[in-house]
Formats: sequence, C-alpha cells, structure tokens
Amino acid sequence: MTSYIVRRLLWGVVLLVLVSALTFLLFRVLPTGEPARLRAGRFASPKVIAEIRNDLGLNKPLIVQFWLYMKGIFLHLNLGYSYYSSASVRSLIADRLPATLSLTIGAAVIWLGAGITVGVISAVRRRSKLDRASMGWALALISAPEYWLGLIVLYLFAADIGKLKVFPGAGSYVGLTSDPWGWFTSLILPWLVLAATNAAIYARLIRGSMIEVMGEDYIRTARAKGLSERRVVLRHGLRSAINPVMTILGLDIGVLLGGAILVETVFDIPGIGRLNYDAITHSDFPIVQGTVLLAALFIIVANIVVDIAYAYLDPRVRFS
Amino acid sequence: MSAGAEPLLQVEDLRVEFPTEDGVVHALDGVSYQVDRGATLGIVGESGSGKTVSSLTTMGLTRSQGARIGGRIMFEGRDLLTLSEQEMRAVRGNQIAMIFQDPLSSLHPLFKIGDQLAEAVLAHRKTPKAQARRRAVELLELVGIPEPQQRAQAYPHEFSGGMRQRAMIAMALANEPTLLIADEPTTALDVTVQAQILSLMARLQSELGMAVVIITHDLGVVAEMADDIAVMYAGRIVETASAKLVLSAPQHPYTWGLLSSMPSLEARRDRQLVPIPGAPPSLIHRPSGCHFHPRCPYAQPDHARIDPRLEDVPREPAHRVACLLPAEQRRGIWSQLKLGLAPTEANELAAAQHASATRQEAGE
Repeated sequence: MTSYIVRRLLWGVVLLVLVSALTFLLFRVLPTGEPARLRAGRFASPKVIAEIRNDLGLNKPLIVQFWLYMKGIFLHLNLGYSYYSSASVRSLIADRLPATLSLTIGAAVIWLGAGITVGVISAVRRRSKLDRASMGWALALISAPEYWLGLIVLYLFAADIGKLKVFPGAGSYVGLTSDPWGWFTSLILPWLVLAATNAAIYARLIRGSMIEVMGEDYIRTARAKGLSERRVVLRHGLRSAINPVMTILGLDIGVLLGGAILVETVFDIPGIGRLNYDAITHSDFPIVQGTVLLAALFIIVANIVVDIAYAYLDPRVRFS
Repeated sequence: MSAGAEPLLQVEDLRVEFPTEDGVVHALDGVSYQVDRGATLGIVGESGSGKTVSSLTTMGLTRSQGARIGGRIMFEGRDLLTLSEQEMRAVRGNQIAMIFQDPLSSLHPLFKIGDQLAEAVLAHRKTPKAQARRRAVELLELVGIPEPQQRAQAYPHEFSGGMRQRAMIAMALANEPTLLIADEPTTALDVTVQAQILSLMARLQSELGMAVVIITHDLGVVAEMADDIAVMYAGRIVETASAKLVLSAPQHPYTWGLLSSMPSLEARRDRQLVPIPGAPPSLIHRPSGCHFHPRCPYAQPDHARIDPRLEDVPREPAHRVACLLPAEQRRGIWSQLKLGLAPTEANELAAAQHASATRQEAGE
C-alpha cells in the first residue's frame, strides 16, 4: 500500500511538470498580447518595451525560461510575478484560496446532504409521486446553467437588488476570520447555486445506485435477520450505494478547488476562479499558469485521495 | 408426523399473487403443509415452482413486493399473516431464521463476518456489543470454523464458499430459532462441500432441536435430510408423503421425472437419464386442467380440462398426490420405470397389463 501511494505521488509530480510545460508553451506559442507592451502603458517607446522584456526575462530562449520557471517552483515554491501588478503569484493565490475553499466545501456539504436524502427517499419510494417530483426537479436543476441560476437567485433574494431582500448579494464576501457571520450569510446564495446542479446529479446517482443495491441478496439477508427497515436501508443499503458516489465526490471537489469561475464571477467572490478570470482578461500569464497548475494539483491529489479512500471503503479492493 | 401434538408450522391454503404489468403471477396456489418440532420437511421442485416464495412469505418478506397473500401460516399458535410488520420483525431471525442459496451474495461484502453475526444477535437481544461479539465468535466455532476469533475479523470475500455458508448458518442460529428455512443451501457449493454443509446442518439440528424446511431442486439433498417431502409444481404441491415413500413409491409423473433425471452411482452405466421434456410453465398463463399435462408423457385428452386435487393415495396413509391417472396405472408405470424403461414403453406395458388384468376380472 505504501509503495503504491509513493508511486502515485511520483507520477503526480511528473504529471504536474507536464501540465506546466504545456501551459507554458501554450501561452507563448499562441498569439496573445505582448506582455511587455501591456505592462508598459499606452504610449511606451520601443526602448521601454525592450527593457521590460529584459526585466521579465522574455528575451531568453524558451527552454531557459521554462527551466528558470520550474526551478523557481521546485526550489522556492515561487510561481513568478504578475505582469500586471508585479505581485507574487503565490501570495495572490494564497489570498484567494480561502474564499474558493469556503465556497467549495460548503457547497459540497449541501449537495451531498441534499443528494443523499433525496436519492435515498426516491429509491425507497420508487415510482411514488414524491419520487417523480424529485427526479423532475433534479432534471430541471441539472439542465439549469450555473450563471443563469446565480443571476435568478440574485434577482430574487439579494439584499440589494432582489425582489425579496433576504441574503447578501454579489460582492458581499468577507473572510471567515474577520466576520464569521458575514462570511456565512454572504456565502449562502453562492453555496446553494453551486450545490444545486451537483445535488441533482448526486440525487439521481444515489437513487440509481440505491435501487440496484436494495435488490441485492444481502439486503434480503439483512431483512431476514429481523433488522428494522430503517437500518436495512441506511446501514446496509446506503453503505454500499455510497461508494461509487464517493469517487465522484473527490473529483468534483478537486475540480472546484481549482476555481468555480462562473459562480465566483456572478457573485463577485474573490476566489481562485475570479483571479483566473481577471488574469485571462489581462493576459497575465504567470497568474493563469499558477492557477492552472493549482487546479491540476488539486485534481491529481483528489484522484490519489479517492483511490486510497476507496481501498478503505471497499475491503475487496485492498487485496486485488 | 407425530399425531396429537400441534405442529410447529402449519401452512394452510397459502395463496400468493404478484400483480405485474404482464398480468398476475400466481406464485402459490393453495399450498398446505406442516412441520413438526424438530422435524425436517423437504420442498422439492424446479425453479419457478413457488418453493422459494412459500418460504419468503413465511418470513414475511414478500409483503414489501406488493404481493396479494391469502391463507394462513400458523406458527407457535399465531397466524403470521395477521402480524404487524413490527411483530413480524421480532419473529424474523429470532424464532424463524433463513439461509440462502449463494452465501457470497447473501453476506454484506463491506462488513466483517463477526460484525454481521453480532448484528443478528443485537437485532433481538439487548446485550452489550462486546457480548454480542463474543457470541459471534462462539457461533463461528459452533459451525466448525477454525480460529473463530481471527476469522470474525475477516470479510466475506476472504472466506471460501463452504466457509461462507457456514457463516450464514451461524448467523441464522444466532438467536436459536425453532425453525430454520434453508433455501437451496448447497446449490452454489462444490459437491464435497455440499456433503459437509448437509452433515453440519444435521448435527446442529439434532443438537439444537430445531425444525428445518429445506428447499431444493436436488432430490439427493432431501433424501439425505428430510423426514417428509412435498413436491411442488407451478405453485402447487403435487405430491407429499414421508421421504421414504416419495423416494421408493412415488405417485406423480412429475416426481418420476425428477427421480429419472437424477444421476445415481448405483444405477447401471447404460441406464439413460430421462430429462423432463419442456420448460416449467409460466405462472401468469398456467396450462388449463392439470398444470403438468403439457409435459406429462401419460396425459390423456381430458387432463387438459380437469384440475386434479391433492388426494390420499389408496392404501398408503399420509401419502397424497394430485394426479388424474388411476392409482393402479400409476403403480404399474412406476414399476416399469424403476426397471429402467423409457416413459413411453413403461406406459404401453402398464396399459397392456392393466387391460389384461381388467379382462381377467371380467372373465372370472
């Protein structure tokens, strides 16, 4: 098991190097704005631009640039500096990470809770009106785009522009440490919007998984033991039905930690996604590169965590 | 069957129907049988004959599937069909326990064997968890699992097939039931392991004094275990008697078919196994008259019209059969089949003998 984990981690590092090489190449090969010119201002002389190119190291050969970039990352965890604001990319990301983390974890708790509850009830009461209604809603939520849902929710419930002024609207995010209550209320709408689609997907997943599991022989055994139906469903049924969902959960969280661009943009939350979005509009390569690398890191780590977790969730995996 | 004392389990005119989109499945159509304390009843039949449904209904496990149930299931003086779900739950796994065909799929793959056993104890007894765990180890030891302390920590996939069925039996015995229902307990196992499981069941039955209903398609299994046998076909019992009578002097053509299609070590090598032609009937659209007539080599035209009732066999107490053939002819056919004749030959010979006997009677 340990050697397996070590092997996976080493592969993860290789993968990260490949991802950074690819993004590095992509932003230098594809036609975009000249970073030095962007930085120099509107009426800069060619001389100033050349100086800036020199400062940024852009006149060195590509391979040398990449080598320096990699060296910076692996030796000093240095992701470079923003072309636009000169701020360290690492500190920019560190500033934005708590917001993305808050958004993702909170939403995951909501969609998991709602998904499991609705999925289990729908599976147990299959073909009932409740089941049909829940699955109809789920389909609607899956089809609803996040940014649209976000705008609708703001229109309905935001304290500033909403019809019912209930929750703080866009741009109200504050850090958890500075104002816990403000943090919580400002995230309620984004959480719900981010969770909605996933809750619907998870409800359908769990329903399907649950229906399959409840037909298994060991469920009949559990009933034959004289267990209560509640225990049969929640302990014996759900315990099996949850496994495939856990795999997807890890990946979904991994993806979102790389930045929930749409929701962060709609609600103006200063997270990684928002950072990335702004950087793209400014052709700020170092930041884009840093956030892409971070997203890749989260996905790779999530993959490894899921694989390890699966071995604990299903004893049959451990030995084969 | 001991006379006088009330039987432990008495099933009376049990009917179970499942409404489906294709029509009503008549899974059980007026089935009656009884099991005395400590005795063993073998229920024999092909898949789809209703034998499993009858036991699941006894356990109260068909209710959830929207079944329509009629008749009575008297167990220790109570009609199980009238009990509430709550009361039925107290019976399941406590007084009546059940083991199933495939022990691998019947054990929860994600829980340790010991925990699954302890759970069976805790479902019916208010004991501390540690004590239930000790009981689980005891039970594993009782069913002959070596190193029970360590094996309790194992998962089902780490057990062999025979071990798993032993664990299932241990789970069923957790609360010392008075009735154990074993549904094809050896079908999924290797032949050598089958014998071990059967002898284990026989030993535990005599040690614990419980009654057993063993459901199987394998007459070899009931020959070994059962005191009485009920042969089921298309949701009905077509023949019932003591195991000895059913195996030595069977009366129903279906029972003959089961016996002739069973390989035997003692039989001569050149004796042909005779399969029963055709497939078990659909329980939605059952054949008219005698449900067996489309597959019966001895069927007469009016058998498609007349529905036979389960009746006493003349001169054989406690032997009942649902067959439209005259008792004399049945005896004749079976005596020829026993000699290894094919059904058609046996039928002709028996008919000829029957005719000459009638002529002699008429001549005198």
